[in-house]
Amino acid sequence: MAGFPYFPHTDAEVRSMLDRIGVRQVEDLYADVPKEFIKKGAYALPDAMSEPEVRAWLNGLAAMNARMKVFAGAGAYDHYTPSVIPYITSRSEFLTAYTPYQCEISQGTLRYIFEFQSMVCELTGMDISNASLYDGPTAAAEAMKMTVACTRKKTRVLLSKGLLPHVVAVVETYAKFHGVQIGHVPVADGQTSLEALQAELAAGDVAGVIVPEINRFGIIENHAGFADAVHAAKALLVEYCDPSTLAVIKSPAEWGADIAVGDGQSLGIPLCFGGPYVGFMGVKKEYMRKMPGRIVGQTTDKDGKRAFVLTLQAREQHIKREKATSNICSNESLMALWVTVYMSLMGPEGLREVNKLSYDGAHYLKDELLKTGKFEDPFPGKPFLKEFVLKPGKAPGLVQNDLEKAGFFAALETEEGYVSFCVTEQRTKEETDQLVNIVKEG
Amino acid sequence: MSKIIEGLKYSESHEWVKVEDGIAVVGVTDFAQQEMGDITYVDMPEVEDEVTAGEEFGALESVKAASDLISPVSGKVVEVNAELDDAPEKVNEDAFENWIIKVEMSDPSELDALMDAEAYKAHIGE
Amino acid sequence: MKYYDKLVFELSQEGRVGYSLPANRFPSAPELPLELKRETSPNLPEVSEPDVVRHYTNLSQMNFGVDTGFYPLGSCTMKYNPRINEEVAALPGFTGLHPLMHAGLTKGALRVYQDMNKFLSAITGLYAFTFDPCAGAHGELTGLMVMRQYHMNRGDLKRTKVIVPDSAHGTNPASAAVCGLEIVEVKSLENGRVDVEALKPLLDDTVAGMMMTNPNTLGLFETQIKEITELVHGIGGLMYYDGANMNPLMGVVRPGDMGFDIMHLNLHKTFSTPHGGGGPGSGPVGVAEHLVDCLPELRVSGFHGNFGVILRAYAYILMLGKQNLKKVGQYSVLSANYIKECLKDAYKLPIEGVCKHEFVFDGLINDGAHDDVHGATTLDVAKRLLDFGFHAPTIYFPLLFHQALMIEPTETESKETIDAFINVMHKIAAEAAEDPRILQDAPHGAPIKRPDETAAARNPVLKWKDAQ
Repeated sequence: MAGFPYFPHTDAEVRSMLDRIGVRQVEDLYADVPKEFIKKGAYALPDAMSEPEVRAWLNGLAAMNARMKVFAGAGAYDHYTPSVIPYITSRSEFLTAYTPYQCEISQGTLRYIFEFQSMVCELTGMDISNASLYDGPTAAAEAMKMTVACTRKKTRVLLSKGLLPHVVAVVETYAKFHGVQIGHVPVADGQTSLEALQAELAAGDVAGVIVPEINRFGIIENHAGFADAVHAAKALLVEYCDPSTLAVIKSPAEWGADIAVGDGQSLGIPLCFGGPYVGFMGVKKEYMRKMPGRIVGQTTDKDGKRAFVLTLQAREQHIKREKATSNICSNESLMALWVTVYMSLMGPEGLREVNKLSYDGAHYLKDELLKTGKFEDPFPGKPFLKEFVLKPGKAPGLVQNDLEKAGFFAALETEEGYVSFCVTEQRTKEETDQLVNIVKEG
Repeated sequence: MSKIIEGLKYSESHEWVKVEDGIAVVGVTDFAQQEMGDITYVDMPEVEDEVTAGEEFGALESVKAASDLISPVSGKVVEVNAELDDAPEKVNEDAFENWIIKVEMSDPSELDALMDAEAYKAHIGE
Repeated sequence: MKYYDKLVFELSQEGRVGYSLPANRFPSAPELPLELKRETSPNLPEVSEPDVVRHYTNLSQMNFGVDTGFYPLGSCTMKYNPRINEEVAALPGFTGLHPLMHAGLTKGALRVYQDMNKFLSAITGLYAFTFDPCAGAHGELTGLMVMRQYHMNRGDLKRTKVIVPDSAHGTNPASAAVCGLEIVEVKSLENGRVDVEALKPLLDDTVAGMMMTNPNTLGLFETQIKEITELVHGIGGLMYYDGANMNPLMGVVRPGDMGFDIMHLNLHKTFSTPHGGGGPGSGPVGVAEHLVDCLPELRVSGFHGNFGVILRAYAYILMLGKQNLKKVGQYSVLSANYIKECLKDAYKLPIEGVCKHEFVFDGLINDGAHDDVHGATTLDVAKRLLDFGFHAPTIYFPLLFHQALMIEPTETESKETIDAFINVMHKIAAEAAEDPRILQDAPHGAPIKRPDETAAARNPVLKWKDAQ
């Protein structure tokens, strides 16, 4: 059989190594494994494919997926990816590096993480950020655990019903096994209800409250009074946010949040069927030691040069073990690099422009769709950015179908029977007009 | 060689206790700070917290390790050494001067179960 | 490696742009209400595209990757990251898929998941996999959720404990704590394996199960695994397999056949997906057939897990095929035993006998301590290795040995590389015996040397603004 490109050993080399060890054959190195566990016969795997065959096969599978114009969001956004980014992230020294425990030869990784932390703090306004978490929903779950750890004897965390369903599902899963009671705060008049929140807080035992800056209807929530109410009840306020939008809307810090979490996917990471994305967390200084995840800090080396290291490791699983605030080990480092390069290229102006294009596009689409007469506006006059929902005259599934047949992915259904749309800077006016026409004719 | 002060009580987990006006002043021994190396943080309870003899009430952290602090007595925490928040290295500088918590004891007889200086010296093999 | 000290904020000049966006062809919508607008502008850098490229290129050159050189990190399985994986993961037919697209629009992607389910089941002997977890620790947490869910479904709420060997990786007890389970440690024997006699008294009907890896964190096969699984099953508990050490078993032994009911795999270890400096990874969780009902409600990530990572592992398994799978296990075990035999004359081998894909030394045999000079420690050996272009092995884990040095060569290293490593390790041992200060001053050639980690922890500076 031909050799395999990832195995350098020749037969002669194998023989020489076996001789040095003092065994006759490789199987002897498994002599301590009970014979009944050594697999007999072939594994139920296909035959080895050559590289050209793997390429052809995967290209075939990729072609089986639909290529759609994406006019939907709901937690994953089709924003523009600058051409530079994949070239940087695929550099060997970034791609194939391990976690930067040996800081002398990992200054590249440590420095981009420090930049990532700094930028997350700029966008969220928070004091401290970590080196990333898996995604937005798990970041929210970590925030949920953190609020309980910070308030010690409390056992309840409140979730706004305005949060996206996949965020709620993950937080509830974690809460169930962590012994935390989840309460829900209803939406009224298009956003999380402050009155309902106050009532839940008054019932007591609340460690934290998680609310969305922009809710699942696309509406930008006004959280005036929320931080005061939550703090009066000695609980922590967690703002779930889309970092791209923070360039133009009030930041979690400006709302008085204790913790800010979300998903950095909107910062130029391709949709990629859901992952890898990158979760982030920013916290107020006083919660630094309860924050999960790796953290990079600046220091000097023995010659006085600026150097970066993983720091505050005593919080983490490899030291605190069962007393750690989280079990997280690997995070999404390379995706943190991805969004750091994105933010470096875009800067504050680029992000403002992304939001302006998305904002104008979404407002245009909404107006045009309403003009067709085929929808009602369930939230007239409510402020939104790039996403909005409408109440369709016919079944949501039918609206979605008509659009799908024409190559548009849009009109995602909410539990209320609304359909949601999203416009980003990737969508042209022509495409948007096309979408409207299809709806008109449908 | 580590410093040991006569007249104090010692626990097996390297905490010392000095009784002042009925209040137990608790810290860690010189041996403990040597073992830890450079202390980067002292995790302390809050005033009004209850502590229980034999159970952890906080931790010492270094760059690479975390070590639980075990309370030698039971009672209520009446004071916490706030200086250690900004300057944890004080415990390295002088472990006996820089106490960690002060406890209003609920059962002073628990002190009898602790070691005296001689016994502690033997315990750490010096 | 050249010392390049800039941070991207330092390349910023007001008015520079690094982006290119189309003109706005939409009518201008009315402005946002003032009370919702951001008050202060975020201070992100303004840098041109060429400067961004140069900056990150220079940063990368202060990093060491598997592509640069040998990375014998025990328990990390730093094998070669094939580039065909990268190519297929970047195909627009995959990267353009919105996660909420239904099955009719994503047939190709779903086929990847279906095939991966079949492949991983075939390789591990477990029945079905969930691909939601994004990392090994995430998989452990999910697997423990399955364990708890199983007992909850049976109406048995007293199963609150999980048994873990005292040699276990820190994520094991941390995951158990996050999952609401109490950890009970079982002691290891002097030969590094679980003490079955010490295990017996720990087993009662409050135990949900046992979490272990095989080979264990010392690289030794748990020879009594059959007895252990029978004991745990006997009291109604489940067996969880930490798949971090799966590499030596590839193509040779299946965890499902050894009696494990739940397991996770680290695609970024065993299945060649790149480490990326600390992620993204993927930690699929497999369960035995009787546990399949426990899976559906466990939502641990937002959408479908790290699809891009799963795609890379898929390409890898297709390249390996049934013919090459066994060599992964065999070559990794061969290389590890070879290094162990060659170096045990200079480094203390606490446990004799055949190892699997990794093994542990307990520091130097002769650390050169004399007069006022301290002996060279494992840390010193690690730092000195950097001077010779090798990444250090894992140090100070497992905690069982105070000067632990855990070496895992993987199957993608040539004999020349391994022999070069052995030579350097002998040289370092000789240096230590003569004058440990050579090691204690290391590394000499790295861009930075022995950063002050104490200061970093006492007075944390965690963002650029704080350093100004």
